[in-house]
Amino acid sequence: MKSEQDNLSTSGTRTVKEGYNRRKFLSALGLGTAGAALLTSCGHNDFYDEFRNNNNNKGTTIDFKDDIGILNYAYALEQLEAAFYTEVVAKSSAVFSASQNAFLNDIKLHEIAHREFFKKALGSNAIGSLEVDFSSVNFTSKDSVLATAKAFEDLGVAAYNGAGYKITTEAYLVIAGQIVSVEARHAAWIRDQISNGSFSDLNSLTALGADNSKGLDAALPPSKVLPIAATFIKTKIDVKNAF
Amino acid sequence: MNILNILSEIEKVDEDIYDRLSPRRRVMQDFYNVGRKISMAALPLALSSMFTKAYGQSGTRTVNDVLNFALTLEYLEYHFYNHTVVGKDPASSVKDVTFNFPSTAALQAITTIRDHEKAHVDFLKAVLGSAARPELAYTNFDFRAGGTYNADNSYASGGTFGDVYTNYATFLKVATAFEDTGVRAYKGQAGFLKGNQVVLTAALQIHAVEARHASHLRQMAAAAGLTIKPWITYTANGNDTGVAPADAVYAGEQNTTQATIPITNIATGVTQAAAAESFDEALATANVVTIANLFLKPAFRL
Repeated sequence: MKSEQDNLSTSGTRTVKEGYNRRKFLSALGLGTAGAALLTSCGHNDFYDEFRNNNNNKGTTIDFKDDIGILNYAYALEQLEAAFYTEVVAKSSAVFSASQNAFLNDIKLHEIAHREFFKKALGSNAIGSLEVDFSSVNFTSKDSVLATAKAFEDLGVAAYNGAGYKITTEAYLVIAGQIVSVEARHAAWIRDQISNGSFSDLNSLTALGADNSKGLDAALPPSKVLPIAATFIKTKIDVKNAF
Repeated sequence: MNILNILSEIEKVDEDIYDRLSPRRRVMQDFYNVGRKISMAALPLALSSMFTKAYGQSGTRTVNDVLNFALTLEYLEYHFYNHTVVGKDPASSVKDVTFNFPSTAALQAITTIRDHEKAHVDFLKAVLGSAARPELAYTNFDFRAGGTYNADNSYASGGTFGDVYTNYATFLKVATAFEDTGVRAYKGQAGFLKGNQVVLTAALQIHAVEARHASHLRQMAAAAGLTIKPWITYTANGNDTGVAPADAVYAGEQNTTQATIPITNIATGVTQAAAAESFDEALATANVVTIANLFLKPAFRL
């Protein structure tokens, strides 16, 4: 199952061993081997491999030497989330209730708003559009969609929390705060759709840096977030000055 | 006027002063180098600009100020929920929590939130150590917001939220307002912690937990009949809860322009509602203090 972005893309190559990284991704997010088997059972389409390999693999670079790098990092993650929910809204409505579909559409629009905000804020410093790969997601399975959504939202919370201290421009720090709390609202709602009451199960987020004993949510540096996110991104991302 | 003495005095209360002025003290060297050429009359101005840079807009808000401010809010949240959870225990001496939770899941959710708030109190106290503010007890708060209390601290009458412990819907409204205030308050303090890996990161981690709480409480409020989403949607005055006394909590949430960029219609489908929902807003210290003071008895107000 391929995303529409595959067809639209003009660049990008897969740079990671997806099987390994998906397992790592799933285990980091607390999904068991059953979930892993479910996801890996969605096969890969060789045609698209050929398609990609025949294109220019330009890739992109995120340099964390300054705030532009951090904003591009956020832009990359928001691109991923926006693309995911765009697929969900297009393909998954049959497996959700009307109210769930309404909120999933809300989340899609929030992520698009975040993505477009960063694109505009970065202007000519923005990285290009990333090519995504959601072939591991079964968009007609409620469990698959919600598990992936949970993973993205919790990872987003971890990413903003873990990068905040590197932001040197106060206005951007506040913006990051304005976005991360919305991601946390998403995460809580998604989790409650999987299991009511799991909205802030910090014990399940230990691998993402949470500490239940202190009431602290997830927080991870880009060096840990990007390899997880990369399992869904085909565009090669070169990282400089990672922390 | 001796600038070295001034800085030395500041260092006694703020040992990071030199790092604030310049992580590599280059600014200080520059200052010494230039200082010989500056007349005495110009010194206060030169100092003033140095401190504006070092402390941002706050002037003198320290990391401990921020942490103690956060600790006050965490005490408020903790005691609000704890009184409820304890009050639902039949064996407890707390008898004024008379509303019933609609399900064990609802009580469990409030217990989960209570436990996080307690963890935040303990964590902030531990970080602050001897610099922690005096402890706040349940009886230091007025969760009815303007209620009158008997000599034994039992509730007598009145208050904007007089039925907060007798009406489940009111309880959820106040809880939602507290969590949304907490989310805004931490955001408003973030700038004072800029660059501080340990403290800013922890503050952001607490901030996200408060946002998760807010999301769930809003779902509970919706289940109890309120028209409300897990995220704060657009209304003309920012308050999407329909609870007029909470207007101050949401003032500004109607904003749809971020860093001068208009969000409404930034892409197809991004309505005014989506634009407001997609970014939560910060709240300045003074505004948070005004809200917190509504729920603190006079002797304990900030």
